[in-house]
Amino acid sequence: MEYEIQNGLKLILAATILLIASGLPACFFGRKSMFAQRLTTAFIVLGSLVGWWGLVAASFGTPVSSIVWDWHLPAGHFSIGLDALGAVFLIPVFTIPMLGSFYGLSYWRQSEHPENGRGLGLLYGLLAGGMALVVLSRDSILFLIAWELMAMAAFFLAGAEDEKAEVRRAGWIYLVATHAGTVCLLALFCLLRQVSGGFTLSAVDAGSLTSGIATTLFVLTIIGFGFKAGLMPLHVWLPGAHANAPSHVSAVMSGVMLKMGIYGILRILTLLPVTEVWNGEVVLAVGAVTGLLGIIFAIAQNDIKRLMAYSSIENIGIITMGIGLALIGRALHRTDFILLGLGGALLHVWNHSLFKSLLFLNAGTIMHVLHTREMNRMGGLAKTMPVTAGLFLLGAVAICGLPPLNGFASEWLIYLGLYHSVDAGSGSIWTVGVATVALAAIGALALACFVKIYSTVFLGTARAPVHGQPRDPSPLMRYPMLLLAGGCIVLGILPQLGFPLLQNAVAQWMEPTDPAVPLLLSVAPFQWISGMAMVFIVLVVGGTMLLRRKIVRQAPEPMGTWGCGYAQPTERMQYTATSFVEMLVSLFRWVLFPRIRRPAISATFPAKADFSTEVPDPVLERVILPAFRQAGRNMMKLRLLQQGRIQIYLLYILSIVLFLLYWEQWGF
Amino acid sequence: MINLLIHFVLMLAMPPLLLGVINKTKALFAGRKGPPLLQSYYDLIKLARKDMVISQTTTWIFVAAPVITLVGILMAGCLVPLGPFHAPVSFTGDLILFAYLFAVGRFFTTAAALDTGSPFEGMGAAREVTFACLSEPALFFALLVLAKMSGTLMLGDLLHAPLMVSGQGDPASLVLVAIGMFILLLAENSRIPVDDPNTHLELTMIHEVMVLDHSGPLLGLILYGASIKLFVLGAVLLHILFPFQSGSALLDWGLFIVEMLGLAVGVGVVESIMARLQMRHVPYLLIAAILFCAFGFVLLVR
Repeated sequence: MEYEIQNGLKLILAATILLIASGLPACFFGRKSMFAQRLTTAFIVLGSLVGWWGLVAASFGTPVSSIVWDWHLPAGHFSIGLDALGAVFLIPVFTIPMLGSFYGLSYWRQSEHPENGRGLGLLYGLLAGGMALVVLSRDSILFLIAWELMAMAAFFLAGAEDEKAEVRRAGWIYLVATHAGTVCLLALFCLLRQVSGGFTLSAVDAGSLTSGIATTLFVLTIIGFGFKAGLMPLHVWLPGAHANAPSHVSAVMSGVMLKMGIYGILRILTLLPVTEVWNGEVVLAVGAVTGLLGIIFAIAQNDIKRLMAYSSIENIGIITMGIGLALIGRALHRTDFILLGLGGALLHVWNHSLFKSLLFLNAGTIMHVLHTREMNRMGGLAKTMPVTAGLFLLGAVAICGLPPLNGFASEWLIYLGLYHSVDAGSGSIWTVGVATVALAAIGALALACFVKIYSTVFLGTARAPVHGQPRDPSPLMRYPMLLLAGGCIVLGILPQLGFPLLQNAVAQWMEPTDPAVPLLLSVAPFQWISGMAMVFIVLVVGGTMLLRRKIVRQAPEPMGTWGCGYAQPTERMQYTATSFVEMLVSLFRWVLFPRIRRPAISATFPAKADFSTEVPDPVLERVILPAFRQAGRNMMKLRLLQQGRIQIYLLYILSIVLFLLYWEQWGF
Repeated sequence: MINLLIHFVLMLAMPPLLLGVINKTKALFAGRKGPPLLQSYYDLIKLARKDMVISQTTTWIFVAAPVITLVGILMAGCLVPLGPFHAPVSFTGDLILFAYLFAVGRFFTTAAALDTGSPFEGMGAAREVTFACLSEPALFFALLVLAKMSGTLMLGDLLHAPLMVSGQGDPASLVLVAIGMFILLLAENSRIPVDDPNTHLELTMIHEVMVLDHSGPLLGLILYGASIKLFVLGAVLLHILFPFQSGSALLDWGLFIVEMLGLAVGVGVVESIMARLQMRHVPYLLIAAILFCAFGFVLLVR
């Protein structure tokens, strides 16, 4: 058994190396060579399949295994390991980039993008490999190297079309945000080294922590990884970067990379000793706020990819709520909270990676046809692109958390966990009660949001002239989406398939002293929902078929829509993406601050006028940017030190090194 | 077994009668004779026989939506116990499925409305999803109070909680939750003061305007589904309003039917003595529902 799991870890390491190096061979071929792109894709697919093989091989062994090699860096080791928590996160890492690169073969053809095709392939593999290494590493130095590998690969990928000013701006904001997070992580790992005595990521002894240090570690973890995950208000980089990246890159960024922030939080919290109840309450509250604001901001967007980026923030919020509940459970020794909260959060990690990637790839298809991201210029695509419409609808229903698809499964676990807390008999019931209602509001808002996006893009009639004939994408783009959709259905009806792995992952948060851990399926009897889901599907399909037959037999005359007697409706009279959510936007104008420019109507017969609305990110526009501008003005005084001569800078470095040596020698 | 059968028979056959009772009550208040009690049944039979008019703008969503909505409501109805009897399906966590089955219907009803490309239907869909964002939290708050009271997560046991705790429980929080749930019942079923099913101006409708283009059997499915929704949510409310049990099954079924008809009369009275709210005031009413349930929660766990 021990042999097998080592083998599994070695296979996964090989997969990681394959992914990281997947783009290198292509660099020896021409800029426009499609063969080069196919080669890169082949390596990514091969790497991912080897990774899956490794996961399967490892799953038959004991849950923990590791490899430690020395290296020639001054600190740390090359130390990697695999456990159930890591395996949960490796599954999307070995799935989504594989499908995305396949999609890219047709979506981002190297022959059409000679300027960045090879680079994109190289970085795509680097991003996937970097993420795998993040999950594997058991040493802070290696972790930070992998983390930066991932972050920088994502930066260059998001900036693929850097000839556009908008893309460059989004890239810079991302770069600043990711490094602000890394600074917190540096501080976190230094502090961890202080208390544990080494760079190895190992469990911290509760005795070595004062409550001050424990709190600092907790806060640094949440902020440092929160930047990557997109917790409010650290999300500012996310909408721009996701909207401007090529769609198969957005799919990986949103579907997998954000989850690395979640993974980091979980990994560090696993190492830290049991926290206090308030820690869990804070995380639960942060999750609820992130979820609510994320979906409210999403509703107000009219750019299809920005909207989906904000919806990713909402889903991260739901995942965070599950984690918060599990933390409360850890402090109160309630295994059912941990089981349902963390189990739901991890299941949602899988689910979100499936349906959000599906939606982003679909968005790519739409942009390929319409050459715009503006939803107010779309409409009626369901008739010309039925397959895309069907796949998008599936993703939309899944992401709203509606049965019988997978979003419901994970939200159900989290709801159940929250409802379990009503008998907690502790102070947490307030937080948990409010969180339950927040989750309900998030669900209803998500429904509004995705009805808006599906209906304005696919239903009704086109709101702007379409150039050329829209049609469903080529099989290369279609198959990856079909696979993702299949995943949404399977995990929606039979999430029990994943329960054993989740159970193992969750067990890492239990204390040996905790009461015996029940099976996830016994606390959350999902077999009932599976049954109900199947009955639901059968009844719906049967009923629709019967109606269909009646319609075919009746053969109704072709008719237009009845406009309450108005005989000449035009496509411009339809509700648009903006008008559909006008009530909601005005209901939430106190957080959204919409910019509405109304024309002043003066004469009896006013001239033609323009009306425009726009909802920029309130946190970015109202807090971060003004703060940075102010900081920039204050920093001008430091220009005195900025001479622009390299010799002077070397002098600075020398004097600081001398100062530090002096400090080390004599102290102060 | 017999009880199970009665559950299904009542759930499938009784709902249109409720609409008849409501309309009769309203007619009495207005000094009219009103349509016959069984008018809704006649309407449904007539609609089932008719042909359909289907706009060329629409896709399969337009046809599937009424089916999905009806199936969702029926399955939600299987989770709710009628009176003191057991629900046909009951398991831990079914209360969440209950709420989300309605949401599936909402997704497809609003999508089907937008499918027609008609501005009026878009208007109704926008209102529906907006108001749902306020009524959904209220529903979950109410369920939270009942879950706390009963200590169970099965909708069946949870709704029987007022029956168990009456006398020694918290009648105050039950009263507050009942008010909140009654507002929800009116809002979710598009009754006055939130929506007026009989208004003549499309601009002021919510639910009726979303289904303007549905005709024949499709419209029949929608109307039938809406009446079952009234029945199911009414059954939920009755558990809180009248937590009584006689002990004899026959008497209990009779009691349940009388209570349900009484609820329909109550809705009719509300519709007769109130005007509908301005559209911009509807959110306040729904927020009031949330607050009622929230105060119920506060009273319970203080």
